[in-house]
Amino acid sequence: MQANTLSGGFADPATQSAHAFRSLMEAMARPGAIQDIHGAAPPAPLSPAMGAVLLTLCDTETPVYLAGDMDCEAARAWLAFHTGAPFVGPAHCMFAVGKWDALAPLAVYPIGTSEYPDRSATLIVECSELAAGATLTGPGIKDQATLSLPEVEAFQANRTLFPLGLDFIFTCGERLAALPRSTKVS
Amino acid sequence: MTEYNFAYLDEQTKRMIRRAILKGLAIPGYQVPFASREMPMPYGWGTGGVQVSAAVLTPKDTFKVIDQGADDTTNAVSIRTFFQRTAGVATTTATSDATVIQTRHRIPEEPLHEGHILVYQVPIPEPLRFLEPRESETRKMHSLEEYGLMHVKLYEDISRHGHIATSYAYPVKVEGRYVMDPSPIPKFDNPKLGDMAAIQLFGAGREQRIYALPPYTQVVSLDFEDHPFEASKADHPCGMCGATDSYLDELIIDDLGGRMFVCSDTDYCEARQAAGHKGKDAA
Repeated sequence: MQANTLSGGFADPATQSAHAFRSLMEAMARPGAIQDIHGAAPPAPLSPAMGAVLLTLCDTETPVYLAGDMDCEAARAWLAFHTGAPFVGPAHCMFAVGKWDALAPLAVYPIGTSEYPDRSATLIVECSELAAGATLTGPGIKDQATLSLPEVEAFQANRTLFPLGLDFIFTCGERLAALPRSTKVS
Repeated sequence: MTEYNFAYLDEQTKRMIRRAILKGLAIPGYQVPFASREMPMPYGWGTGGVQVSAAVLTPKDTFKVIDQGADDTTNAVSIRTFFQRTAGVATTTATSDATVIQTRHRIPEEPLHEGHILVYQVPIPEPLRFLEPRESETRKMHSLEEYGLMHVKLYEDISRHGHIATSYAYPVKVEGRYVMDPSPIPKFDNPKLGDMAAIQLFGAGREQRIYALPPYTQVVSLDFEDHPFEASKADHPCGMCGATDSYLDELIIDDLGGRMFVCSDTDYCEARQAAGHKGKDAA
């Protein structure tokens, strides 16, 4: 076990996770809006924002899929100690963690059922930057918003599944943004 | 603050509620099941709203609770005190000073802005429940977008009363997909649901459902072309502050048939009175 496995969690879990959740909720409610999120110091390759999201949402009840480079001993040990989340493959996960290319193909993730569309995966995508980019419209957006996305077609295809589909959280450093299934991308 | 965890609930419960809130925001109007906990108050007193508030509050928030628009009723006072004690948050009765507002059956008169979060207490989250008692059936109806029954109900209103007699908990359609119960707010408040700058969260404790409206979401009250939706209120000015644009409560003031109409939003009414507005019944 590495020394940094035990460190890097929330020092004051109740209030830090409350602040982290508010950033996350504002991001999900206002697609494209970039929020700050603080409090976590996970080992590489997890970013501080990725760590904070995982600490806020994951526990023993949420199967997590680590994709590509994220599936390493350091990340597994840190998540296991701080959240206790079980590790699974993409078809059974509630949260998937990774860089965009490693998370593909999207067709394997659960998108919910017509009676329970909430039983779908949330993909937490580690990005090299968060900036303006593709045009977003839909619930949560006043006229239009803009966000740098790794590609456009995948999100357009995801929107056609509505109310089923995947929800996305993009993390970069200590910032995050989100793209729920309801957002139209162009 | 050593007696309770911050905001009363344990962290695992809050994570579960938070995950439900995020899915609710991603699917506007869809009721997300959640594992509602027993709260130290009876069902019907706002246990759903309290759990959502507990999952959302941070120590920096300023918390306001209204019950039918009033800040000073038993339910509002006890929930406000509950979070004062368990979360140590600042509380207020002024809509403009609040960041999180928990409400039972009203939307504040003052327009809400982007810093606001509005948490509704919901008794029966399923708009189709009184038309179809089986959860398995209503779930199927939502999945198939089969809302004909609701239109039949509104049509029967018209055939019996000449107009749509539903005056509160008036059903709405969210983003052209899910029919949603806006909680028992008067239909006067329905037009405020759509395109609101604030995040709206709905919690039903006994029925174990959470749903949400992100800001600027399209919300349409169900109606017919020849019987369009109408946001109605008592046709009087407020007796205390003279407001003509607010939702009014009718108060019986003696046993001779005397009555007066006052704003149901106490903060709105008091702010107007403080600004010098006076109604005909003001002392």
